[in-house]
Amino acid sequence: MSETALELDAAVIARCRTAASAIADAIQEHIDAHTTDAAERATLRLVGVHGVNGVDVPLVNIVTEHARGLLAGGIMRPFADLMNRTGRDAQATAEGIADGRLALDEVPAERRDAAEARASELASAGVSRIDAVRRQREALVAELGEPRKPYLYVIVATGSIHEDAAQAAAAVRAGADVIAVIRTTAQSLLDYVPFGETTEGFGGTYATQENFRLMRAALDETGREVGRYVRLCNYASGLCMPEIAVMGALERLDMMLNDSLYGIIFRDINMQRTFVDQYLSRLVNARGGIIINTGEDNYLTTSDAMEKGYTVVSSNFINEAFALRAKLEPWQIGLGHAFEIDPSVPDQVLYQMADALLIRSLFPDYPLKYMPPTKHMPGDIFQGHVIDAMFNLTGIFTRQSIMLLGMMTEALHTPLLQDRYLSIKNASYVFEACRGLADELHIVGDGRIARRAHAQLAQATEHLERVRDMGLFAALQRGEFADVARDPTGGRGYEGVFKRRDDYFNPVYSALAEGRPSGPPTGPPRPAAGLSTEAS
Amino acid sequence: MIVRPYGDTRDDGIVQLSFTLPIAHSAKAPDVGKRLVESIGFRSVEIAECKPIDSSFTFYVAYGRTDAVIDPDVVRGDYLDVEAMDFAGVNAFIRERMGRKLVVVGAAIESDAHTVGIDAILNMKGFAGHYGLERYQEIIAVNLGAQVPAEVLATRALELRADALLVSQIVTQKDVHVQNLTKLIELLEAERIRERFLLVVGGPRISNAFAKELGYDAGFGPRTSPLDVAAYLAQEIVRRSWAGEGVDDG
Repeated sequence: MSETALELDAAVIARCRTAASAIADAIQEHIDAHTTDAAERATLRLVGVHGVNGVDVPLVNIVTEHARGLLAGGIMRPFADLMNRTGRDAQATAEGIADGRLALDEVPAERRDAAEARASELASAGVSRIDAVRRQREALVAELGEPRKPYLYVIVATGSIHEDAAQAAAAVRAGADVIAVIRTTAQSLLDYVPFGETTEGFGGTYATQENFRLMRAALDETGREVGRYVRLCNYASGLCMPEIAVMGALERLDMMLNDSLYGIIFRDINMQRTFVDQYLSRLVNARGGIIINTGEDNYLTTSDAMEKGYTVVSSNFINEAFALRAKLEPWQIGLGHAFEIDPSVPDQVLYQMADALLIRSLFPDYPLKYMPPTKHMPGDIFQGHVIDAMFNLTGIFTRQSIMLLGMMTEALHTPLLQDRYLSIKNASYVFEACRGLADELHIVGDGRIARRAHAQLAQATEHLERVRDMGLFAALQRGEFADVARDPTGGRGYEGVFKRRDDYFNPVYSALAEGRPSGPPTGPPRPAAGLSTEAS
Repeated sequence: MIVRPYGDTRDDGIVQLSFTLPIAHSAKAPDVGKRLVESIGFRSVEIAECKPIDSSFTFYVAYGRTDAVIDPDVVRGDYLDVEAMDFAGVNAFIRERMGRKLVVVGAAIESDAHTVGIDAILNMKGFAGHYGLERYQEIIAVNLGAQVPAEVLATRALELRADALLVSQIVTQKDVHVQNLTKLIELLEAERIRERFLLVVGGPRISNAFAKELGYDAGFGPRTSPLDVAAYLAQEIVRRSWAGEGVDDG
């Protein structure tokens, strides 16, 4: 069986891409005409402003709040001008603003060129820091080795970065390739990034730059021990999306959840804001060699998978279009999907395979992320383990790239150490036992798998063209995705959206585009580690 | 009548357990697990599986027999009497028995800044595989968020002609939740509007008995799903025969 097994009509796929492109182009016009406080804060972070004041307010927030009236022109010109005038570096300038000794102001014509030149130097230096981190990843993958796909992706969510690190190490030794640190509940709604090492959270651990650094160090150490590069994932999403993208690029995260549509629909983040934020985030992710993950699987937690599965397909096309506009390369576009059908539906696994195979066929070169059952997971953990096994079978059979492993205790609590172990054991067994299966089987040409996939694609095509005709903002307002309706001026963070002045200046955008490195890191292939401890 | 766990013979008392110990696996690891299970009070303990998770954790699956017994009749409490329903069932029940939408207003009140509880019950996405109340076609669910003063909740409830108020209290340090919940009740009583609403409280330290003690109609604790709340609200409102008439807004 191959990616062409479904014999999809290339003309229909082209129609989808054409419509998705038009949808993204219309939003790109909005993006290019606006900035946000978060985008300006991300810019400051990239040029070296860090830390918090005495009451834990990040300096980047203090600077942008202080200069709210200037944000429409971009923070960097007045900020660099102030640096020029005071002879201070970026951090010292921000500290001066925070303690009230310095103030930002409009830059008079005679100082503009100097300010812009200084700002451009700072932006280039910031991007060079990202490039250095990317090279470091490339060197480590070359040295330690690249695991076989699908990657085994598990979450840790203890609330304490130290417990997270210990659990992550255990998971890696059991065979995990990617560790995602779940954030504390509702961090996506915070309009600032918390600071420092944290040991308390609700259902997850705060995403802070220091926590990123601690987890990165722990995974590098364990990766060295097990002899393969271990990837770290977090969330460049919510109100601080671009800031967290910068932090991730500087601390060598390898994957980031990054999806405005998810934030709009499920977190009620304002759409006018988050598309602007997403664009800068993805430019940063692209530069940093980070794989993005999108969250379309969530649509079917509120919509029914049998009825509305096509919305996942159409949204994957839209997210692809956004990703390509932000210069992400195919190997970085980890579209997320899953079509969680009620296990009591007859032939559930057949339809599950049809949907997963469809996405693989539509996006053959992308590191697709396949998401495990959640909505229909029972409190009966034994039954849940079987449902997860069928999900694993679907994943290996349809050649998914990143498998977020289901936990049998999904419906109950954040994973216990042993839940993660059993989950990895389940996946390792199914993947190794079924790795060659797809090569030996054919899809019946006019069978139910093919018919389901064709029908989903046909519906997605109509849906994309409908969304193109009304525009994405209007489509979101009408609840076209996940049956959730959102207002273009509603939701969180709208007050942080600024129409760019004609003289808007932010050299980070051009610095991110210049001399961009290309290609994935490569290293000696490592066999799926399986349960290394069992082999010993 | 007393009962014991049933494995394959009445009263054999067989229980299965699984757990992890933070020790390296070794030759004596099975016995370490066995002794632990025995110390809980199990006898005839069998360690079915004892495997290293990594260099410092060992995973166990164990079976043991217990002599403990329980008489179900001695277990008493203030339990909500709610008939089990599914998502479609609740919607159909409201449609058929109420003949109008059920209106719910939710908030984490007063000092409580945590939206996690009220969001889990109300938000579209829901919780633990169950849709939130916003997703029910027959429920109008309004989420006021966190740190909502009792006065604001009461005012909004009147404006929206709410059938039910859903109050979340996550923080319980120094019994601050008791003060907050009492304040709301006293306000509603002072305004003589207490009886217009089903008054429901939820949170990790809330039980139905505790809620009743404070004068609320029901309390929901940990592991409550949105469906539990939806089924209760629908059935209780119909039972009180507010259905069909729309609550008088005075």
